[in-house]
This record gives sequence, C-alpha cells and structure tokens, in this order.
Amino acid sequence: MILRWILYYHQKEILRGLIEYPYVTGTSIIGIKYKDGILMAADMGGSYGSTIRYKSVERLKQVGKHSLIGASGEISDFQEILKYLDELILHDNMWDDGNSLGPKEVHNYLTRVMYNRRNKFDPLWNSLVIGGVKNGQKYLGSVSMIGVHYEDDHLATGFGNHLARPILREEWREDLSFEEGVKLLEKCMRNLLYRDRSAVNKLQIAKITEEGLTVSQPYSLKTFWNFAAFQNPTVGATGSW
Amino acid sequence: MDVPKTGFSFDLCRRNEMLTKKGLKSPGYLKTGTTIVGLIFENGVILGADTRATEGPIVADKNCEKIHYMAPNIYCCGAGTAADTEAVTDNISSQLKLHRYHTGRESRVVTALTLLKSHLFRYQGHVSAALVLGGVDVTGPHLHTIYPHGSTDTLPFATMGSGSLAAMAIFESEYREGLTREEGVNLVTKAICSGIFNDLGSGSNVDVCVIEKGKKEYLRNHLTPNPRTYISSKGYTFSKKTEVLLTKITPLKELVDVVQVGGGDAMEE
Repeated sequence: MILRWILYYHQKEILRGLIEYPYVTGTSIIGIKYKDGILMAADMGGSYGSTIRYKSVERLKQVGKHSLIGASGEISDFQEILKYLDELILHDNMWDDGNSLGPKEVHNYLTRVMYNRRNKFDPLWNSLVIGGVKNGQKYLGSVSMIGVHYEDDHLATGFGNHLARPILREEWREDLSFEEGVKLLEKCMRNLLYRDRSAVNKLQIAKITEEGLTVSQPYSLKTFWNFAAFQNPTVGATGSW
Repeated sequence: MDVPKTGFSFDLCRRNEMLTKKGLKSPGYLKTGTTIVGLIFENGVILGADTRATEGPIVADKNCEKIHYMAPNIYCCGAGTAADTEAVTDNISSQLKLHRYHTGRESRVVTALTLLKSHLFRYQGHVSAALVLGGVDVTGPHLHTIYPHGSTDTLPFATMGSGSLAAMAIFESEYREGLTREEGVNLVTKAICSGIFNDLGSGSNVDVCVIEKGKKEYLRNHLTPNPRTYISSKGYTFSKKTEVLLTKITPLKELVDVVQVGGGDAMEE
C-alpha cells in the first residue's frame, strides 16, 4: 500500500534519467512570414512508429490573442505544452491590465520550459514553431526539444528542414501576398508528401494577422504520378527494374 | 598450381569488427559527401554534380570530378567513398570497352547497369558507391540509380548523396517531361546549387554533362558560385630582391619528338 503511494507520487523522479522515446508523433511544420502576418502549414497525421495511426490530429493551435503554435514530435507532450500555455494565458488574463502576452513572450516562455526539462533529462519531445503579430510586429520563432531557439523569416521542423528549407530559401520574399504564401507552403507540403514516409495527404493552413487567427478546413493536395518512366520503367531496358 | 579463390574474402571483415569492438578507431575514408543528380530531357540525359570531397569535417579536394566516363555515350556520377566510386566506374568502363571491341557495337546503358549492380551486390555493400548512371544508346535515353548493396531504380529524375534531399526538393517541385536542353541544364544547375548551399557535405562548383543521341558535352565547372572573396589586387609575384638567373625559356619540345596518338577519345577520363 505504502509502496504504491510512493510510486504514485514519486514516479517521475524515480523514472527520471531514463531515456525517453516518442510514441505517437507528428511530422513537419512549415511557417513563413508574409505581407500581413504569419502562415503555417501542418498535416493532420499522428504516426505510431511506422503505422499512420491517427489522421485527424490538429497540430496548429491558438495561444492567447496574438499567437499560433505548431508542434511536431510526441503528440502527448504537445497536449501537455498546451496545458501549460493555457495556464500561462489564464494568469495573464487574471491581471486584467489591458496587456496580453505576444508571440515573442510565449516563445521565450516555451524556450525556458524546454531547456529546463532537457537539463533534467526529461525532455518534452517536440519541435515547436510559434508565430504571431502584435502591435504590427510580425514574429516567427522556433524551439526544439533541447532548447535550441531562434527566430527567422521562414522555418521548418523535422523532415521539412531538409526538403522544405531549400525551397523557402530560394523563393521566400518579404512581400508575399496571402495567395503566394499559400502556394509556397503547398509547394513545400507536396514535396514532403512525396518524400516523407510519415506524411499524410490531409493538411491545414493557419493564418494569423493583427486581426486574428483563422485555421483552414482540412484539405488534400493534388499529386502527379503520370511520368512516362513510371508507366513502364523497363521498356527498352530489360534487365533492370 | 593453386587457382585463387574467386569472390571477396570476408575474413578480414570479422577481424575488423572484433578490433572495433575492442576499441580500435578504424581509419577514416575519403567520402565524397555529395550532391549528384540526373534527369531525362526531350533529347537525352543531363547529369550534374558538385565538386567537394570531404574527409570527415575537412574539405580534402575543393574541385574534384564526380562525373566519371563510362563510354562515349554513357557517364556515371558517384557518391560515397571516393576510391570506391573511382575504382568501380574505371573497372566497368574497361569492361565496356572490351565488350565494344568484341561486339563491334555502341555500349548500352543496361550493360553498364548490370555490370555495376552485379559487382556491388557481390561485395554485399562493402564497396560504398552510390551511383547515378545516365546515357543515350540505340534504345533511347536512360537514367538509373545504383545503391551500394546493388539495387537499381529506373527514373525520369534522380538525386543521390548527402545533398540529395535538397536537390530532390527542387526536382519534385519543378521537373516536367519534355524539357529543352537549356531548361534541363538550368534545372540541374539549380538542384546542385541547392545541394551546395543547403548541405554541408557539398560545395564549391557545379559540373554538368549533357548526353544526346550521337553527341555529348562535358561542362566542367559550368558554374562557379563560390569564388575566392578576397584576392590580392597586386597579384602574386617574387619579391624585388630575388636574383634573376635566366630570362630565356627553352621549350622542351624542340629536343624531343612528340607523337600524337588517336583521336580525342583515347584514354578519356
């Protein structure tokens, strides 16, 4: 009886120091600044190892009045982070002083949380992207599970680092319109769909501006598979496959 | 007389594994940590490669050649261990030449493909060569990728090496069928540049090779997007105090008769 009580209250301390593994994971997030604010894209897949277990996971969420957070990595840790952020915003509202936390402050808070957990060998297994607009200032920042944080005009997590960043570095501009921004994000998401095994063809795009946040309805991208070489790969070249 | 055992002897592999387990640091390999690409355009095949060869974190060769000659109508890009890619392409290139003499015909890309994949499979992945093979023969243009363990793919566009994801991002978003030569070269250059600037294992210059029916063009250092930034404006020369011994140069050719053998193809590399 006492043993069970000890285990219940001190489980975290007893188990701390052991290596954690992520179980249900989300894949890449892509975020860009555009003319009026921030655009972020994420697909709705939750993989359980090599199975695509969940296909309606919302990985883009609002934080307070001014911010949008997107998470890749362990979904349960993301839900925990949302709980922390909820508490943070609640306490901020209780001050009732007319001021509200902006994306820069939320980013800094999360950086401290992630870094301190990492120092205790008990990380939250996520890569986060925080974006928002406050008082006309656009902000886009990233935090990883070990506390590496920085801000930039365009960000990507997970596989997006390898497949989306080259495209963003080539084609991002300061004055993208909403349509151009969405086209750029879709280009990157299509690439990820082709080449990331944990991607699913059901994505959401979120837009945050000074006016507020809108998250699109889930939709699919069109893919092209009709290359001549795909139809009959070994025509005229028998001996290969 | 003892006939030497054919095939690869794996005895030393067991010894090496045992030594590594005991804590011996195995010698490093010169890897090409690379971006190599190939694509099929309306009239043939275009291959591209960067020119950086790395030895761990150090750039060992700033301007190496990764597009290897296989036959007058077939070229092969190589990623992985530099010695392996060089040796395996040289070997199969020789075999193809002998085969051409034997059959009296132009080499086919599938021949090179089968020779390469059988060789790599026989060595069970220990020959660390990942290749992009492209060429135009009587049956048309062909592009293949070959992995170190011996598997192959036939593709309209392909990338290999550490910078393959960066280059593939460009190809997946911009490749179309029926590209013209100019569009093809531009796309290949763009993909290699994406590898050069986004991957640490790739860098320096862009090499391109265009193969069409009956002709090929090897554009060595087609693009040099990484020039030396600060060059001494005065140039480099001897200090004023240097003693000048002679100012007449005797060309060696006057003393020796140099005979030119064959056309441009002989011993092409």
